Amino acid sequence: MNKIIDTVFASSTKIIAMSILFIVAWIFTVLLNQSMDSIQALGFDFLTGTKWAPNLEKFGALPAIYGSVVSTFIAMVLAVPIAIGVAIFLSELAPQKVKAPVGVSIELLAAIPSVIYGMWGLFYFVPIVRDVFGGIGISMLTAGIVLSIMILPFMAAVTRDAMNTTPDILKESAYALGGTKWDVIKDIIIPYAKAGIIGSFILALGRAIGETMAVTFVMGNVHKISLDLTAPATSIPVTLANEFTEADTDLYYSSLFELSMLLLVISFTIISIAKFYFLRRKRRS
Amino acid sequence: MTHTQKRIIANNIVMVLSTTSALIGMGFLFWILSVLIINGVDALSFSIFTNEGAPPGYENSGLKHALIGQFMIVGVATIVGVPFGILAGTYLSEYGQKSKLAETIRDVSDIMMSAPSIVIGAFVYSIVVAPMGHFSGWAGSVALTIIMLPIILRTTDDMLQLVPSTLREAAFALGAPKYKVIMQVVYRGAKVGVLTGILLGIARVAGETAPLLFTSFNDNFLNTDMGEPMASLTVTMYNYATSPYEDWQKLGWAAAFILSMFILSLNIIGRLLIMKRKEK
Repeated sequence: MNKIIDTVFASSTKIIAMSILFIVAWIFTVLLNQSMDSIQALGFDFLTGTKWAPNLEKFGALPAIYGSVVSTFIAMVLAVPIAIGVAIFLSELAPQKVKAPVGVSIELLAAIPSVIYGMWGLFYFVPIVRDVFGGIGISMLTAGIVLSIMILPFMAAVTRDAMNTTPDILKESAYALGGTKWDVIKDIIIPYAKAGIIGSFILALGRAIGETMAVTFVMGNVHKISLDLTAPATSIPVTLANEFTEADTDLYYSSLFELSMLLLVISFTIISIAKFYFLRRKRRS
Repeated sequence: MTHTQKRIIANNIVMVLSTTSALIGMGFLFWILSVLIINGVDALSFSIFTNEGAPPGYENSGLKHALIGQFMIVGVATIVGVPFGILAGTYLSEYGQKSKLAETIRDVSDIMMSAPSIVIGAFVYSIVVAPMGHFSGWAGSVALTIIMLPIILRTTDDMLQLVPSTLREAAFALGAPKYKVIMQVVYRGAKVGVLTGILLGIARVAGETAPLLFTSFNDNFLNTDMGEPMASLTVTMYNYATSPYEDWQKLGWAAAFILSMFILSLNIIGRLLIMKRKEK
């Protein structure tokens, strides 16, 4: 009797565990199937076309791809140095009394849903961008900045964790030789934790590029490639969030599914690079 | 200038820069939190919890529909996601261990945890919403379950692995079959950790908006039928905040405040549980 229950229990846990692989495969298959119409009708023009005009059955995804790349780039440029600063502050500078509350509040802020960052951006940051940089405030630049603030807590927390993996004995040896804090950071901690730090940046990048709600509020969903950062723009998730419930033709739907698949492939690739190339060592320890 | 002086100056510059960036970062985050609290508390009132949505301009509109919808959508996702996630995590920790299959499942779940949630929404749209012909609360729950599964799976896996193998061996030595060892020894040892994982998993999916936009959609009135479109706090917040009506925007802030407080408390409880266990 026990033997039967044992086998049933073991195999059911195995089946359920394997279902996660099945779900992921299913997601890719469904998205691919649904995008078939658009892939066949539009081919490579989908990726290179700059015109997105659903009423004319024209679907060019380049403005959305461009928007995703540029807004994420702005977010990374702004967030990376601040995240490094915060991480250095938390791992080396701050006195014990400050370290814990600041560290915990940063982790808690990483848990705040992105829709709230988006809402804050719309009501409080859009007017500032409008006054300082001109334009209507709903823009690529605003989206990049709000995105950078949204990923900052996550990035700072994982960077700090990576820096904290440096063994104390290494740091102490360097201090004993008369190294200043900066000497220890640049010659001991950063070289030691390099892979982890880069990995966490790439992981944050992977999250940022698929982020929907933080940017949907402030980007405008305008399918136009503009070099002016204060002009409204769109990105892949912003297009999906705005247009999915409005699509009225098969080709329109199919194009949106192709966008979803594109987004999934891009973020899967980025996150895999972070995981397999940089964060492998973490798993073993 | 001597070499030492140069190093000291460089050191001071970096210290100032890094403290400044910590201040900038904290400043922004403090700003967001204070905006959330000020607007949220201002918009909160008792009637918010007892009244449904109303057209803009009407007094006495509330969030009851969104609170109940949110509770049902997240509740169903939790009821399905938690046991499945725990069982899957049990396989990884107790049976699969370091096998290739188990490692692949771990890697895929790790990636899924960071994958864009809006794509899950699109997927659920085509497997649930399109065949049914309309949006529904069920579809929203399915989307959230898919997002929750890898989180519960990975934390369960990690937590069960922390249970010392000597405990398992002791139970085996008494002749217990493996499933009993897992149920009565391993689960018991990892109880607090798994519970923390569940709390964090709920906190994570409760804040999801993007996958609900085209699965559970929205409803401005109270609906408890999971087969119909259903309001959620997050989608309501999005719709109200982007509307031009001031009273709706105010409700949006109230929803943002309630949701953030809920999520923050789950996170804090989770932390306290972990701390308590460490003290033991």
